[in-house]
Amino acid sequence: MLSTIVRRLLQTLLVVLVMSGLVFAGLYLIGDPVLMLASPEATDAQREEIRRALGLDLPLGRQYLIFLGKAAQLDFGNSFLTGESAMRLILERMPATLELATLAMLLSVLIGVPLGIYAGLRPRGAGARSIMAGSVLGFSLPNFWVGLMLIMLFAVMLGWLPAGGRGPVESFGPLKLSAFNWEGLKSLILPASTIAVAKCALIIRVTRAATRECLPQDYIKFARAKGLREKRVLGVHLLKNIMIPIVTIGGLEYGQVFAFAVVTETVFSWPGMGKLLIDSIITLDRPVVVAYLMLTVAFLAMLNLLVDIAYTVLDPRVRLEAA
Amino acid sequence: MSARHDASMATGAPPVLPARESLWRVFAAQFFSSRLAVFGLILLIICLAMALGAPWISPQNPYDIASLDIMDSKMPPGSANMDGSLTYWLGTDGQARDIFSAILYGMRTSLFVGFVSVSAAFLIGAAVGLVSAYFGGRIDALLMRLVDIQLSFPSILVALVLLAVLGKGVDKVIYALIAVQWAYFARAARGAAIVERNKEYVEAARCMALPWHRILRRHVFPNCMPPLMVIATIDLAHAIALEATLSFLGVGVPVTEPSLGMLISNGFEFLLSGNYWISFFPGIALALVVVAINLVGDHLRDILNPRNEIQG
Amino acid sequence: MKLIRKTMLFSVLAAGLIAAAGPAQARDLIIALRSEPSSMDPQFHSLTPNTQLSETLFDPLVRTDGTAKPVPSLAESWTVDGDVWTFKLRPNVKFSDGTPFTSEDVLFTYDRVPKVPNSPSSYSLYLSTVDKVEAPDAHTVKITTKGPSPVLLANLSMVPIMSKKAASGPAPEGKTTVELNRGDGLVGTGPYKFVSWKRGAEIVFDRNEHYWGDKPDWDKVIYRPISNSAARVAALLAGDVDVIEDPSTDDLPKLKKDKNLHVQETPSFRVIYIALNQGKEPPAGMTAPDGKNPLTDRRVREALSLAIDRQAIVDRIMDGAGMPAANLLAYPAFGASEKYAKVPKADADKAKKLLAEAGYPDGFAMSLGSPDGRYTNDKRIAQVVASMWARIGVKTAVETMAPPVFFKQRNAYAFSSYLAGWAVSSGEMLNPLNSLVVTKDPAQGLGTTNWSKYSNPEMDKLVMQASKTLDDGQRAALLQKAADMAMDDYSILPLQFELSVWAMKKDIRYGGRADQMTLAQYMTLAK
Repeated sequence: MLSTIVRRLLQTLLVVLVMSGLVFAGLYLIGDPVLMLASPEATDAQREEIRRALGLDLPLGRQYLIFLGKAAQLDFGNSFLTGESAMRLILERMPATLELATLAMLLSVLIGVPLGIYAGLRPRGAGARSIMAGSVLGFSLPNFWVGLMLIMLFAVMLGWLPAGGRGPVESFGPLKLSAFNWEGLKSLILPASTIAVAKCALIIRVTRAATRECLPQDYIKFARAKGLREKRVLGVHLLKNIMIPIVTIGGLEYGQVFAFAVVTETVFSWPGMGKLLIDSIITLDRPVVVAYLMLTVAFLAMLNLLVDIAYTVLDPRVRLEAA
Repeated sequence: MSARHDASMATGAPPVLPARESLWRVFAAQFFSSRLAVFGLILLIICLAMALGAPWISPQNPYDIASLDIMDSKMPPGSANMDGSLTYWLGTDGQARDIFSAILYGMRTSLFVGFVSVSAAFLIGAAVGLVSAYFGGRIDALLMRLVDIQLSFPSILVALVLLAVLGKGVDKVIYALIAVQWAYFARAARGAAIVERNKEYVEAARCMALPWHRILRRHVFPNCMPPLMVIATIDLAHAIALEATLSFLGVGVPVTEPSLGMLISNGFEFLLSGNYWISFFPGIALALVVVAINLVGDHLRDILNPRNEIQG
Repeated sequence: MKLIRKTMLFSVLAAGLIAAAGPAQARDLIIALRSEPSSMDPQFHSLTPNTQLSETLFDPLVRTDGTAKPVPSLAESWTVDGDVWTFKLRPNVKFSDGTPFTSEDVLFTYDRVPKVPNSPSSYSLYLSTVDKVEAPDAHTVKITTKGPSPVLLANLSMVPIMSKKAASGPAPEGKTTVELNRGDGLVGTGPYKFVSWKRGAEIVFDRNEHYWGDKPDWDKVIYRPISNSAARVAALLAGDVDVIEDPSTDDLPKLKKDKNLHVQETPSFRVIYIALNQGKEPPAGMTAPDGKNPLTDRRVREALSLAIDRQAIVDRIMDGAGMPAANLLAYPAFGASEKYAKVPKADADKAKKLLAEAGYPDGFAMSLGSPDGRYTNDKRIAQVVASMWARIGVKTAVETMAPPVFFKQRNAYAFSSYLAGWAVSSGEMLNPLNSLVVTKDPAQGLGTTNWSKYSNPEMDKLVMQASKTLDDGQRAALLQKAADMAMDDYSILPLQFELSVWAMKKDIRYGGRADQMTLAQYMTLAK
């Protein structure tokens, strides 16, 4: 196990490196950041000045090498737009996205798995059918529509919850989180629910499919034949066996929400990282985009490692290195 | 049992039925046994027919900008144009397009782009995932690290780079969507295959010296289907929404020939202002299509799953 | 944000008791911004979201009022003699930390501008005509310009005065941008002072008790960036904020009908226009029957202009938040003549006739490029213009794209025509003519945003002359002549002047500004 983890960490480093190169090349191909930054009234001479100040007049290869050199010392450069340290900008906003993504996935799994099992047990029942119908609605409604409707209902019409923004934060070590106080939670509920609607639908469907797959299996029949209570049959034997696809999908989705929850963050003015990324891509603020995606790919690689480890825990037949 | 049956048992393929009853007839019987699935199929056929027949059915060609009159913009459902020649049954949008016509034309693009990209992403992703799980070791590491990179690449960035390098066109949207989605399928396929690869039937097949691609294709793949099918059917809705976002950025469909997804995104601006129809009706159309696909897909998945008890 | 609500509740109750005591209210003002500033450093990035905040924390020597006329601020009066401008500074002005304001602070401020490193859009633009700055005594500043500089006052209004004592530091520019962003050294003479900035969440200002002018109305001013306009409107409707910038134009009818809200529409200096490629070779995206570029023929350009129903665009797309435009500035702005004050009605038939006269009875095909999301309703306007042109026989393909890609392509002449906007910050005709219509000359900094290949040497001469004429009357006449020439020639097709819109709770008033800035110090309680 340890050797696997070490190997994975090394591979992650490699992947982060490759990502940085791809992003450098990609942004270079899209356009010229100076055009986006400079005032439209700037003269060509002034634009050249900016180009030189930001190091953009050097050939791309050299810019990349300079970047790598600094990155090795954990200096990821300063945002073109604001002059602040790119990594600091991102890490400042990360806790907000972290708590949003975590709460959203928690809701999805806690609600989705039981509903999915139920739907899988009695697939032809009225309950199951309405659950499935609801789930179809859940993922075909556009994200921003759901968010806006929730705002209209709970903030504008009922006035129970705020229309956007993040609540007061408390420090938990290096992280500043708002989820652990009542005011903060009130601001967190709507955006998390918006994301959870679609993810929950997905989890319900995956769970149901896995349940229907596992139920006819022999070990379920044996467990029932042995006279075990249904709760144990489902709670232990069934649950463990359907967890693998749920963990896979859940992990993938968590990663995606964490990295790219832009629409929700925009609709709710949630000061997370996702909005920062999109704005930085549009303005071609390369230091921020590179730092962000390097961080993201490292995070997702680690997340995938955790999921792989979970596989071995959940299903003893799985060994991470194949025969 | 017939000799054919014995032979197919040996290779681990699903049992072949007696020659009398063709597989298709059994399949058809099973499919039509579910009323919901039949309803879904009919709905799907209607949607497809309307989309394909758009040039003949729709009262207006919304892609012909010379036929649009801005004075007719944002008209509520049921109103008529100036000389009464045209009734806007579902109203008009901000560019004076008849929403009903726009839905018909838009559905074509969206469905086409959605189906093609999801199918390709599914096949590519499943292949990568299965190979990765089966061979393990360095191949697994390499492929999964590629997947990690792809998953971390925001779709907008992929699309912008493609636009810059390859230029515009609907096919570029499809490439972008495939690029963004295949990694997801790969990861899910690998997850399922990793469990399967240690099972007895795979060992049995290996003992029989079957080539690896045959083992994967005919033995492992069908058993990995359930989670993949769920993702595929949901992904269609995602793909259509993604295509709308990318079209906004100028990759793909021109803004004067909006797809269904783009109509919905355009309608977003009007949600609060009371012109609900601009976003509502295209949204309903999309929901109907997605529901239809899922009803059909759900039932298909149940039937095709080799582990389910098949009659006959 | 609920904490703010509670504070507001208390404040409103308290205000009710104190109401009779005077105009200053013990109340907070919460403003929802369209974009978050990129920096608090008043000299780092010349961008409206940044400038409007620094104009609340700081004062320049000379301010511009809502119509871009210079008014005294930290400079009480001034005289000009050739190239030498002498400013008499206002006495007894204190910074928010209590230190007195003197000419040393002015010297320090102007000195710092070129030293700010990595500025994406430097403020040295505004000091480009300044040769040297001197402080003969503590209350006088003498500025010598490189040649006559009629726009000096407008330029100086963009460079507010920082405190030498607070903003000095070890770096060449004194306090660095990063330090200023945290409030370190961010000390000004303005009506409010900086408290805190949580990026993406909120910016908080406090009343400056040392302010030299009328006592500021609000206890605290809190800015919240809400970039999504539907979310901004929702926040106002929910009562979470007091004022919002720039609601989406589609929401205007509903907002205006709402009895709890007040909508302020103010004509701005932003003009939305279409540039036509007038190079000799047919540009990209064009198919013309004779292989020539039809846009080089003045009649064709006139036809395209006549085909556009600007009033319809204002009514149906902007929901009234615009004014049809026939010139680059609205009459009676400085340099705008009466000739082009009114917009001729759209006339598709005349347009078709002109096309036929020019030799294109069957029209031709071209492309129209537009950014998506850079200007209000940009891609929607582009589509409508294209459909209006299609109806007179000019088949137009609309190419909209994300702003960075748009600029890259525009500068590579990838479109036959393109839609863009221009904010005339100085309020005078010199600025748009110089940037948009004068022949492109990168070395001289002329025609910097003229990507249409239009060139009219006669008009160029007039503009050059005007830029050196200090006498207001003479300069206005020259500019009017030049602008009329440009419009007679249909060198560029102005479409509309945007109205800046602010929506607020019904008990708040803001007069709005032509430069589109949201300045908290001019927001008051309604009488």
